[in-house]
Amino acid sequence: MTEQLVEFFLLLLGTARDFIPIFMVLIGFHLFIIRKAINNPKKIFTGFIFVLLGIAVFLKGLEMALFPIGKLMATQLTTIEFLGINTLQKTISWQSYGWVYVFAASLGFAVALAEPSLLAIAAKAEQISGGTIRALGLRIAVGVGLGVGLALGAFRIITGTELYFYIISGFAIATLQSLFTPKFIIGIAFDSGTVTTTMITVPLVTALGAGLAQAIPGRNPVLDGFGLLAFASLYPIIAVLSYAQIAQWLNKRSLSSKP
Amino acid sequence: MFKKRFINQLIKSFFDLSPILAVVISFQVLIIRQSIPDVSHFVIGILFVLVGLTLFIQGLELSLFPLGESMAYAFARKGSLFWLLTFAFCLGFGAAIAEPALIHIAQQAAELAAKKSLISPSLDTKNSYALGFRMIVAVSIGLAILVGVLRIIKGWPAHYPVFYAYALIALLTPFAPTDILGIAYDSGCIATSTITVPLVTALGVGLATAIKGRNPMTDGFGLLVFASLTPIISVMLYGIIV
Repeated sequence: MTEQLVEFFLLLLGTARDFIPIFMVLIGFHLFIIRKAINNPKKIFTGFIFVLLGIAVFLKGLEMALFPIGKLMATQLTTIEFLGINTLQKTISWQSYGWVYVFAASLGFAVALAEPSLLAIAAKAEQISGGTIRALGLRIAVGVGLGVGLALGAFRIITGTELYFYIISGFAIATLQSLFTPKFIIGIAFDSGTVTTTMITVPLVTALGAGLAQAIPGRNPVLDGFGLLAFASLYPIIAVLSYAQIAQWLNKRSLSSKP
Repeated sequence: MFKKRFINQLIKSFFDLSPILAVVISFQVLIIRQSIPDVSHFVIGILFVLVGLTLFIQGLELSLFPLGESMAYAFARKGSLFWLLTFAFCLGFGAAIAEPALIHIAQQAAELAAKKSLISPSLDTKNSYALGFRMIVAVSIGLAILVGVLRIIKGWPAHYPVFYAYALIALLTPFAPTDILGIAYDSGCIATSTITVPLVTALGVGLATAIKGRNPMTDGFGLLVFASLTPIISVMLYGIIV
């Protein structure tokens, strides 16, 4: 028990150390450049402590519960026994890995819904847009995008195809889409990808990529494990832009159908 | 009142987390058909995740969001472009340099470079390579926030910088060493994470609200995506040069 307490304390200390530079920037600029007393310093201070504690407790929980099981599942889903192929076959076709794609897609969707930063930003977007953008709708769109992105990323690791092909074509699709999307949603759509890849998503997606690259024969675990996050931050953009386009199209249709 | 809010948030966090639990448990039980090893460990871990999530969101709403926004207002009223841009740069740099996931990926990049004998495999050169990697990523994020703030002030459309970054990445990709591409593409969203995301959003939205003629919805967002693209460019350049 004491051992775990010490371990947790070290984790907390590490989190605090990571916060020092940004803390100094904020306080320094406030005191020396803006030169005004901080509004409600007690509240801000409590908030900082909450954030620090929250990150530390959260990381500890991830490490205990979700990481081990995520890695275990990536391995279990790719074992030869599970795939049900006889070992005599030399190459395994990409279709055999069906459950891996389903797992990657559902994990992506679930992770996006749980991501705390996305929660906060989606609520903010709903608040400033006066309800035009629904927080839940935005989160579901991001979830669909992340699911598709991760399944595609798993497909890339399994087939060993070039990463840049998927990323550059994703860029092209997002660019084209943004030309035909209502202006007010473009900023939030582009940001949604970056917002999603934070606390939960980055470690889980990294674990998934590393697990897959390790388990699939012929892949280099150091090289091929990377790149999955790029999928995770690009495909939600496309999904949110599509969501906006579909919503606009439905709106137009319902307007024009009225006499 | 505080306690009640905390409990409400805890219940909300549970609902937010339930999809992950549903996916993990149903795959484990229905498809892999094996029980979860060490159930008590798993349950305690999930409880930790719940409490951590709740504390983090409460903390954000109490501190980083209001502080970031009030500073954006104060800078907008002060009207000094120089200090605002300096602040934007420092904010991006300071948040990125400490990002734990970035420290981790920088070390992996150094390992990789040593393995490909681009640099000598001694510990010193690896450490300096990793530090260089972190520095250029943090500097490019700082620059991206600076450009983003300038964009809000000038009223340029949010997606223009993004398009330029996309085009540059597409142009540079054929010249970058293939081994570094994966790390380069990932470095951007790794470096804009837990600390950067709420602060930069608060800054962007705050500025767009404070400056006349800007709309927080159309102008306030879009800073983050640019900040996640510039590191890709600079890491590829780093790979080409080193």
